[in-house]
Amino acid sequence: MKLVKAVIKPFKIDAVKEALSEVGTTGLTLTEVKGMGRQKGHTELYRGAEYTVDLLPKIKLEIVVADELVGRVVEAIMSAARTGSVGDGKIFILPVEEAIRVRTGERGETAV
Amino acid sequence: MTFATAALLIAEAAPPKLEDVAKAVADNTSSINMVWTLVAGFLVMFMQAGFAMVETGFTRAKNAAHTVSMNFMVYGVAMLAYWVLGFALQAGGVGPLSTLGGYDQMNRLFTVHLAGHDWGLFGMRGFFLTGVAYNASVFAYFLFQMVFMDTTATIPTGALAERWKFSAFCMFSLFVGGIIYPVFANWGWGGGWLSALGSNLGLGNGYVDFAGSGVVHLTGGTIALTTCWLLGARRGKFNKDGSPNAIPGHDIPMAMYGTFILCFGWFGFNAGSTLAGGDSRIGVIATNTMLAGAAGGISAMVYVWSKFGKPDPSMLANGTLAGLVAITAPCAFVSAPSAVIIGLVAGVLVCVAVSFVERKLKLDDPVGAISVHGFNGAWGLLSVGLFADGTYGAGLNGVTGNVAGLFHGNPGQLAAQCIGIVANLLWVGASSFAAWKIVGLVTDGHRVSAEVEEMGLDTPEMGVPAYPEQEGAPAAAPALQKVVA
Repeated sequence: MKLVKAVIKPFKIDAVKEALSEVGTTGLTLTEVKGMGRQKGHTELYRGAEYTVDLLPKIKLEIVVADELVGRVVEAIMSAARTGSVGDGKIFILPVEEAIRVRTGERGETAV
Repeated sequence: MTFATAALLIAEAAPPKLEDVAKAVADNTSSINMVWTLVAGFLVMFMQAGFAMVETGFTRAKNAAHTVSMNFMVYGVAMLAYWVLGFALQAGGVGPLSTLGGYDQMNRLFTVHLAGHDWGLFGMRGFFLTGVAYNASVFAYFLFQMVFMDTTATIPTGALAERWKFSAFCMFSLFVGGIIYPVFANWGWGGGWLSALGSNLGLGNGYVDFAGSGVVHLTGGTIALTTCWLLGARRGKFNKDGSPNAIPGHDIPMAMYGTFILCFGWFGFNAGSTLAGGDSRIGVIATNTMLAGAAGGISAMVYVWSKFGKPDPSMLANGTLAGLVAITAPCAFVSAPSAVIIGLVAGVLVCVAVSFVERKLKLDDPVGAISVHGFNGAWGLLSVGLFADGTYGAGLNGVTGNVAGLFHGNPGQLAAQCIGIVANLLWVGASSFAAWKIVGLVTDGHRVSAEVEEMGLDTPEMGVPAYPEQEGAPAAAPALQKVVA
């Protein structure tokens, strides 16, 4: 099992959810976050004075999937969340030691 | 009843005397004028809501309850000072209230005799609205003049927002309503020396300021300029190298609604200043007012859009208000194209002034009060001396001819306007400096502590945050917590 963490542009969340359900993932956890990447945000002008918007709003998705699904999940997120401009986000993949369904006590991939 | 008997009845009644008809007509005219003056005054009073929304929207959420409370209380605090003292100083020597029934007992003006002429300095009747001032015409005149004074008093609260002690604000506002505003208003509108520049020295119709670009707005702007300099910038506004940081307001939509309310109230401000609903010039005045405001908003938009890349909403609001401030003095005396030109210039002037105040003067004016009311108040006064076209204003300030400016062959009018601007800067600057120092002694300084400023003034100064459920809002005042526990 792998944990796929994706930080994406907020307006892409519906497209990504749709793409993931086509792949066949069963659940996801979503968090509204703020962050910055290489550009370190951007500057704006208010009344002629500059200010920096360094932390931009993003959505963080967390999905736990079976090892053989990881490639297709990553592909789905990338194609759905990409706009081609800076700030499209990042995907991180981490190993998952165990998964447990709280209601039944099932363990492993069947618990996801 | 047949037609014949009806005619007979009329014929049997005594024919009305000519003087009775004349009196009925005069009474009706006075009544129409009184109703117009009061209704226009009510409109101007509502501008307080507009100012409250503009100033609160342009400041941060952590100071919103404090900023809106200053705007709320300035109405009553400055009003009572004006009732006790200010109105008498301004209007105690104003003479007959000709459009409001001709009541003539407000007739004591303190004058000095200089160079063969009498020059009025302040009035001396009508304290507490008692004695000869207990009269319906005088009361109506008080109401209308009071809401103008309150407009001035609420201008500095924007420039000093987010760091001014509430106690110091309350005391300082007494001086604005009691002395600072009324003395200058006497000079311009109460029979004082500026209004006599025409009759005494032949400078046009004397200082002409139809609805108060100078008396109201330049006065407010000069107070804001003086006190903003004395109070100092908000923490974090300027970097060590002197470059400014932007501190965006927390509620731009509220500021824009407030601007619209001001646009609405301004019809009362300008058209009401005829003090006469029977004066058909109100059609010209109201239309010039709306044209100049629109022109100011548009030229500010074009300027900031081309210079900074985006049409900053806060500057759209400032530009519209700048156009309105500028047309306030000349609204009755200029053509429609002149009104639009005055507004277009105002919209650009306010943008340039905002940068100048911030980058050159190093003053921190969160809402642009100095630029909107000060710079454009002065521009409005000058524009009377430039654009007045000689179609209106005969008899104003005791001068027989209509008001005409430089472009219509009368440089003397422009001279009178310039004298008015200098007099305003000197009197209002000096008296607000003195009032500031006096208040500072009583309230142990004007400025909240650095700690209070950092956490926001709402809870430490007012006892309650504007938005308690907002994430990161400071907890309610300790005293309140104790009671709840």
